[in-house]
Amino acid sequence: MIIYLAKRFIQALLVLAVISLIGFTVQDNLAFQQGLNAGSAAAYNVETDAGFLTKYFQFVSGAIQGDLGTSSFFKEPALTVILKKMPATLELIFAAAVLVGIFSVPLGIFTALYPHHTISRLILSVSVLGLSVPVFVTSILLIYLFSVTWNILPSFGRGDVVPIVGYWETNFASWDGLKHIVLPAFALASVMLPLFVRLIRAEMRQVLKSEYVKYARARGLSPWRIYFVHALKNTLLPVVTVGGVQIGTLVAYTILAETVFQWPGMGFMFLEAVNRGDAPLIVAYLMVVGAIFVVLNTIVDVLYSAINPTVNLARMAA
Amino acid sequence: MLRRVFAAIMLTVMFSGPTAAQNSLRVAYDADPVSLDPYEQLSGGTLQLSHLIFDPLVRWTQDHEIEARLAERWEYVAPQTMRFHLRENVQFHSGNLLTAYDVEWTFNRLKTSGDFKAIFEPFTSVSVIDDHTFDVKMSQPYPLVLNSLTYLFPMDRAFYSGLTDDGRDKAEIVKHGNSFSSRNASGTGPFIVAEREQGVKSVFKRFDRYWDQQSKGNVEEIVLTPIKEDSTRLAALLSGAVDFIAPVAPSNLKNVSDHPQTKLITMPGTRAITFQLNMDRVPAFKDIRVRQAVDYAINNAGIVERIMHGFATVSAQMSPEGYVGHIEVLAPRYDLDKAKALMAEAGYADGFQVSMLAPHNRYVNDERIAQAVALMLSKINIEVDLQTIPKAQYWTQYDARAADIMMIGWHSDTEDSANFHQFLTACPNEETGQGRYNSSGYCNPDADELMQRANSEMDATLRAELLRDLEQILFDDAAFIPLHWQNLAWGVRNGILAEDIVNAQNAPYFGDLVMEAQ
Repeated sequence: MIIYLAKRFIQALLVLAVISLIGFTVQDNLAFQQGLNAGSAAAYNVETDAGFLTKYFQFVSGAIQGDLGTSSFFKEPALTVILKKMPATLELIFAAAVLVGIFSVPLGIFTALYPHHTISRLILSVSVLGLSVPVFVTSILLIYLFSVTWNILPSFGRGDVVPIVGYWETNFASWDGLKHIVLPAFALASVMLPLFVRLIRAEMRQVLKSEYVKYARARGLSPWRIYFVHALKNTLLPVVTVGGVQIGTLVAYTILAETVFQWPGMGFMFLEAVNRGDAPLIVAYLMVVGAIFVVLNTIVDVLYSAINPTVNLARMAA
Repeated sequence: MLRRVFAAIMLTVMFSGPTAAQNSLRVAYDADPVSLDPYEQLSGGTLQLSHLIFDPLVRWTQDHEIEARLAERWEYVAPQTMRFHLRENVQFHSGNLLTAYDVEWTFNRLKTSGDFKAIFEPFTSVSVIDDHTFDVKMSQPYPLVLNSLTYLFPMDRAFYSGLTDDGRDKAEIVKHGNSFSSRNASGTGPFIVAEREQGVKSVFKRFDRYWDQQSKGNVEEIVLTPIKEDSTRLAALLSGAVDFIAPVAPSNLKNVSDHPQTKLITMPGTRAITFQLNMDRVPAFKDIRVRQAVDYAINNAGIVERIMHGFATVSAQMSPEGYVGHIEVLAPRYDLDKAKALMAEAGYADGFQVSMLAPHNRYVNDERIAQAVALMLSKINIEVDLQTIPKAQYWTQYDARAADIMMIGWHSDTEDSANFHQFLTACPNEETGQGRYNSSGYCNPDADELMQRANSEMDATLRAELLRDLEQILFDDAAFIPLHWQNLAWGVRNGILAEDIVNAQNAPYFGDLVMEAQ
């Protein structure tokens, strides 16, 4: 296990190094394009006329110390700006994940149990729609229905947030905050929900055919106990794997949802930074999101072995 | 434990209801001003903010007249010196009293601002006569003194003097930097900054010792939220989450005017959208017939109708109506047969290839306009290779004259005709900054001379004649390709009398805004 973790750690470092190289190239080019060389070089403490490698080395040594440059718009260290924006994004992803969890399990089980039921067909066709309609269209549709037409949910921003600790202000502690998070979270969940419904449905149908379910039936256990306790447990393995990777993907989708809902998170901030040509912020975002992906994947792998003891991480070629 | 957490959450929920102040106005713009410093960046966002927390010496009215603000009256004491009398008992937010020394200090400071010094270039100094009197001195007689002074927002000298905790000068102007003045403000304006989270939300409270007690304005609090997406901003207004939005996208105008709870306020704009043909890169453009052919080939009216949804004014010149140089009778050129004939006459019947560059997020529908123009030019066999890029990169490319045809929109800083020519079509001159945005290479000494004379002509009638002659020359030479002037639109909830406070400068005077009782 420890060997495995060490291997993963080295791998993660490699990935981050590649990301940093890409990030640095982006920054180097942006600065050149904008003729801001003097300004952004000062922002990075990098000598302007040094060679590429020298500049890259300076950039990396800064990055290791948590110095990714200063945002030209926010006038603060890029990393601080991102850390300030991160809680909003993480809360949005968390809310979306909760929604996916709440809806995908019952819907998935229902469609597996009654594959030919009209409702099942309806769920599956709607889920195809959800998968193929882009997030920003879903978002605009939600705003049009719930904010403009029925006027029951707010259309933008975070509303009243309650400070918790440091930069973390939460949406989950006030009625107004909860109301504000519903629409963006649904918009975000709409991309993931179909995938999970179908995944759980497929796994469930497999499991329901297995011997132990038949035996459980024969023993006279209540059907709900069989479905939700015995069968569901065994469908979870692929769900966790896919889920871990998909949460990373959600980070990417937040760029769209946050922009439409004016959600002050890091996805919206990234798009703005691109429009303003705020190079340090763009690079810092790439680095941070890269790091999030690496950490998530590692956690998923470790969880995998916890859920399924037959997977032996130590022996796996990492 | 769980129960206790739940109880805590319920308590917070119950006691955290929105606490709205009396007459709170919720405003949504498309962007947040970059800084609280009125002289860091010359932009619409900065001006909008300056009119909230500062006051200018004089300002424009809706009828394009000058109105006294902090300066009560003024007169010429010499051809190159204008004397101003300041209003008395005007307080800054810090409690300091406004004096002529503050004006002098502000003037000297803005002379160091990269963005603003061009507007104040004709002025040499401000000299204080007494606490409430000062002279503005010019290098030569200048007809646009008051136009320029609409940009002078006196700052609190005592407040901005000295050093910050980390030893930096409080007065320094740092573009995109973390300066004292970009985060702190003390002006004489109707509102003080109560709360500000850059890019997310700003709260302004009415300044209770505001000098203008005559003003009928009754807004106690302004909550400014930037909402970038057009459709989200519209939804926020229609759902009642905000009271005032700007801009309204052309395709959304009907939604605002048709909704029972909102109204649409519009105004003919003054920002001219144009294309420039680079004669240095494409020799064919040196031929006046080719330039005219391009102008004849482009259907301005069609672009305004189809792409701008009728929400722009078709133009054939730089100066919009109301400007002294505006020529009433100039009609847009559009005649495809004539265009083809001119091309053939010039020997380019088979056409040629050019590159075109336009921003895709700077002007209303800029990308689609550029596409339409490229298509129209193909009809006279000019094959256009169009590229559109974000505004963040556009101006560097523009300065490098990176393409054969480039788009530029221009609003005259001085609300005067000469300004268009000075920056867009005058002979480029590094030293004076003339023709700074002239990417065509057009250079007509006659036109430049007319501008020079207009810039020192004090007789209004004569001056208008000069500027109209100038405009005619530019039209005859097809010095640039005019498209239209963008109109302005604001969406407002009923009961807010915003139609009285908006202006062509797009910096609404919120201090004078009246909200009717609900």
